[in-house]
Amino acid sequence: MEKTEPKQIPGASVPDKKTSAVTLILKFLKGSKGLFLLSIFFAATMSFLELVNPRLIAYTVDSVLGDREPDLPRIMQRVMDLVGLGDPAFLRPRLYLIAIAVLVVALLSALCRYLFRTFNSRAEERMVRNMRERLYDHIIHLPITWHNRNQTGDIIQRCTSDVDTIRNFLSEQLVTLVRVVILIVLAIWFMAGVHVGLTVVAVLLVPFIIGYSLYFHNKIGESFQHVDEMEGRLSAMAQENLAGVRVVRAFGREKYEKDRFEKMNETYMNTWIHLMKLLSRFWALGDLTSGLQVLLIVLAGAILCVRGELTAGEYIAFISYNAMLTWPVRMLGRVISDMSKAGISIERIRYIIDSVPEEPQAPVPERVPDFSGDITFDHVSFGYEQEEVLRDVSFTLPGGRTLGILGGTGSGKSTLVQLLDRLYDLDADQGAIRIDGVDIRELPRKVLREHVGMVLQEPFLFSGSLEENILLTLERGTGKEQERKEYRQKRLHQAASVAALEDTVRKFAKGYDTYVGERGVTLSGGQKQRTAIAQVLVSRPPIMIFDDSLSAVDAQTDAYIRKQLQKTQAGTTTILISHRISTLMKADLICVLDHGRVAELGTHAQLMEKGGIYRQIYDLQKPEM
Amino acid sequence: MEEKKNTKGKSLPWFGIPALGRFLKPYRRRIAGMVLLGSVSSLIDSIYPLFNKHILNVNVGGMTLKGLPLTLLLYLLILGFQVWDNYITMFLCSRLELWMNRDLRDAVFGHVQTLSFSYFNQNSVGYIHSRVMSDTGKIGELVSWRMMDFVWNFAYILSVVVVMFLTDVRLAMFILALVPIAVLIILFFQKKLVVLNHRVREINATITSDFNEGITGVRSIKALAAEEKLFGDFRGDTKDMEKAAVKTARNSALFSSSVTMFSALALALVLWQGGMLNQQNLMRIGTLSVFLSYALGIMDPIQNVINTLSALITIQVNIERVTRLLGTESDVKDSPEVIRTYGDSFFPKKENWEPLDGHIEFRDVSFRYPDGEEMVLEHFNLDVPQGASVAIVGETGAGKSTLVNLVCRFFEPTQGQVLIDGRDARERSQLWLHSHIGYVLQTPHLFTGTVRENLCYGNPDATDAQIMEALALVSADQVVNRLEKGLDSEVGEGGSNLSTGERQLISFARAILADPRILVLDEATSSVDTVTEKTIQEATKKVTQGRTSFLIAHRLSTVTDCDTILAVKDGKIVEQGTHHELMEQKGYYYQLVMQQYEDEQIASMWGKDA
Repeated sequence: MEKTEPKQIPGASVPDKKTSAVTLILKFLKGSKGLFLLSIFFAATMSFLELVNPRLIAYTVDSVLGDREPDLPRIMQRVMDLVGLGDPAFLRPRLYLIAIAVLVVALLSALCRYLFRTFNSRAEERMVRNMRERLYDHIIHLPITWHNRNQTGDIIQRCTSDVDTIRNFLSEQLVTLVRVVILIVLAIWFMAGVHVGLTVVAVLLVPFIIGYSLYFHNKIGESFQHVDEMEGRLSAMAQENLAGVRVVRAFGREKYEKDRFEKMNETYMNTWIHLMKLLSRFWALGDLTSGLQVLLIVLAGAILCVRGELTAGEYIAFISYNAMLTWPVRMLGRVISDMSKAGISIERIRYIIDSVPEEPQAPVPERVPDFSGDITFDHVSFGYEQEEVLRDVSFTLPGGRTLGILGGTGSGKSTLVQLLDRLYDLDADQGAIRIDGVDIRELPRKVLREHVGMVLQEPFLFSGSLEENILLTLERGTGKEQERKEYRQKRLHQAASVAALEDTVRKFAKGYDTYVGERGVTLSGGQKQRTAIAQVLVSRPPIMIFDDSLSAVDAQTDAYIRKQLQKTQAGTTTILISHRISTLMKADLICVLDHGRVAELGTHAQLMEKGGIYRQIYDLQKPEM
Repeated sequence: MEEKKNTKGKSLPWFGIPALGRFLKPYRRRIAGMVLLGSVSSLIDSIYPLFNKHILNVNVGGMTLKGLPLTLLLYLLILGFQVWDNYITMFLCSRLELWMNRDLRDAVFGHVQTLSFSYFNQNSVGYIHSRVMSDTGKIGELVSWRMMDFVWNFAYILSVVVVMFLTDVRLAMFILALVPIAVLIILFFQKKLVVLNHRVREINATITSDFNEGITGVRSIKALAAEEKLFGDFRGDTKDMEKAAVKTARNSALFSSSVTMFSALALALVLWQGGMLNQQNLMRIGTLSVFLSYALGIMDPIQNVINTLSALITIQVNIERVTRLLGTESDVKDSPEVIRTYGDSFFPKKENWEPLDGHIEFRDVSFRYPDGEEMVLEHFNLDVPQGASVAIVGETGAGKSTLVNLVCRFFEPTQGQVLIDGRDARERSQLWLHSHIGYVLQTPHLFTGTVRENLCYGNPDATDAQIMEALALVSADQVVNRLEKGLDSEVGEGGSNLSTGERQLISFARAILADPRILVLDEATSSVDTVTEKTIQEATKKVTQGRTSFLIAHRLSTVTDCDTILAVKDGKIVEQGTHHELMEQKGYYYQLVMQQYEDEQIASMWGKDA
């Protein structure tokens, strides 16, 4: 990922910061740290409780059924005495009491398991939510220049799969690591409580198991990556074939494609076979070492029993502790190798979080202008990266009047109005844009944008109903529920009727409840543009910009909408961009932009008189008056 | 939407497994081997505790080491055998999975190559792609690992039950009595968790599309100052997600806790009842210990068996989709007689192919798209002599491709005939026809690979000299010269290493190399710079020379020389004639030409004082 330094943004000149990975993680853990600690606590308690029952069984076998002196750990013996189960003689005719004790311990450990998993998931989900919200909030506040520089797919991947990697790291791997370590320590401790020598035999193979687990997991990880890559290639090949079905058929290359796919498929399969070989070897080795370890313990245990150094009950207990040791030890290698992956994801997310948003702190304006005042462009020059787009543009649009902008492709029309809305910012030496005498750089963006309603050339509709889209920015209003509802409906229909949307919507079976956007009904270009117009009209901004917003609408509807606008939006300062003369000719002021320069400026009559580009285009289009 | 339409229809019996018969058949011996070896391994698992019992009863109980070495040697042998057994089973199982995946994927992909265009019109690329890539993988996993899981666990349960009954009927009955209750609990949670997990996945998809919207729609969000509103909506979704995910986790925690509780219940029962038996000298300590380990170990396998069964139900949908796709027949098919003479798409009999001249005639053709309601052609007649050129003009989406679809036999006429060199197109094979067609697409489609591979797409045997000649003809040689590795440069996925104009020129050269008798040019609407546009127009002229050609045109200046121009509006041919005839008519074509003239004039005006 190429990372260019973001351009300095005036009014928001905070240096590019560098958050450390730990700070970032702590930030994400805000509000879930306590939950994580609770989950670890219950995990530890659970592990502890799981070790009690084997001891209880040993006690029963040795002292209750057999006649040996009880040999329980001191705490356990004390608890047993406390509940009146400390005396084997008392228990001998009442075996059901032991069964109940086993059940009680199991119940407690099941309860801990439940609490551990519940707290863990609560912590995990809280943290993921926190991460996602921070990212989303941050991303929508990052400047357009940042969005232009970064690819959508890449950012989305960072917000989804990298977030999942970090989630796994914190909630699964970290917690597992803690649990595994606790389990290993407890198991060894309990085993040592039974017989130290035998414990040494039991852990003899542990370093070896951890070692080869690490080795295999690293190799398996690499192999998995390879498989992923190959799958990606095979998938892309299928995708290309399906998308290019016309070419394949027209050239009669079905056989070639089939052969090619089969070859690639075979290669893909072979990478899997390689991976499976590794896995089977790993598993077989695991089975073998576990089996050998049990063999060693059985051998040593039996010898000790025969020598009288170990009781039958202790022997049984030891075997069950040993079973508890096997899983965590095998797990350890895996967790360690997985954890290394999280570092990359944290780095990728940090890239987003460390980018500076548009308005880190909202500046307090000295004076809020009257937005129905004059708009002045004062020697404005602007460019993206190296390319110059606007050159020394100056004009004044009196408040409440209409400006028409005519220009060819790449003349800078859209840039001009986007500067007015501060989608891009002018540097100090690039001139100034003023509304009612106030430099717009001194205004908080939110305030400015709420007063400047802009309809984009290619408007974006959000997933939701048409109504939700149109009423997107209309404040909820005050008063009774019913009144608010009526008020909103009124505004909806007013805006829609000006945008010539009412008839169209009536044809939809669900009317304004029709679902649009990514997973909804696909609207035509014209319908989208008209929805976007209604969307802006609803909040009645004092300044309105139409950036070629009627290009996909037929001439008749175009005229109708303009007439409606004139009627209902009197007093609104309006900027119209179009390449249809008929759209612009009635404007109070017309600006002809050519390659970033103001080529002509004046009223329709003045420009006709002048006989420049405007006149020539007029003659070609010959709009009906 | 698509999904629903395609999953309708009758459910297959036996979870659809019999429908996979022909794919499983070649591996039936291996499958039998797997089942056998897997069962043996489970059997061994269930007898391990017996070693313990023996050592406890004989050695520990009798305070003697006699016989211990022999016992341990036997243990070692059995362990060795089991490790080998598991290794082989895993080997067989992973191979089975991978082979099944490969076979299924090849079969589905191959079959898709024969399907007609109406199938592609009715199913999105994404949908078909999922059938090829993901369904096949799921089925492969089902018949291998899932099946193996079932065998392992089922065999284990079975052998444990047998061993228990052989050892002590009374205690065995106690444990078995618990099983039905456990099954009920597991089923209850299974069902609930499926629903909950589905909900979590749904919300997750919503959140991903929220991100997508927030990023692609960022300009609109800012212009509308709608950041707060959208962030509020997003927080609503993440809140739902947190709730749903925690609820799911809580249920699954409850589930696993109840299963462990059940194991403990079995353990307690054995300890109590077995202890009493021991006190009455009816059971030895070692035997009791065996039962204790069985009581602890039997709940997990039961859960696994149920998991496998529920996976079977889920994957049934995938099996059905794949078998339905494999059962779909193309609506453009060569008759058996044609295949006998000319071969099919994968095994052509080129020795029987006649040459193709390129005389095409539409005779009384009526046509309706298989998924359409209206006739788009009615009793249409057109004679295109060898070497003539036909232009089809009209607005985007007016249905200009219809005629070309019929010429290429991507679709067949509903009524009437398309004659090629005087014979009905259906009398010869599709591949024969397609081998004589060159197709240059609107958005040129290149395949991942080198420039050479792309150029040779229609003519694998082309020599370098031929390639260079073709490139030079359309001035694409400079494109190749510019590239570092020349003909061996990678074009990237979908040709992404090349510009649109360059891709266009490469696809021209590709068509020329195939030396087709019929040429179809689907002109680009995308804007390329004027120099490239000129080059492309020149190329067009050269390529069409001497070939019967069909031009789907947007720039009307390119079609004035064509022998016939067809103007299409709303899917129907409204005008037909030469440029001059149509201009005189002052109809729709005239209107289109004037409109474009005006646009071009305005565009050129902006360039003037640059």
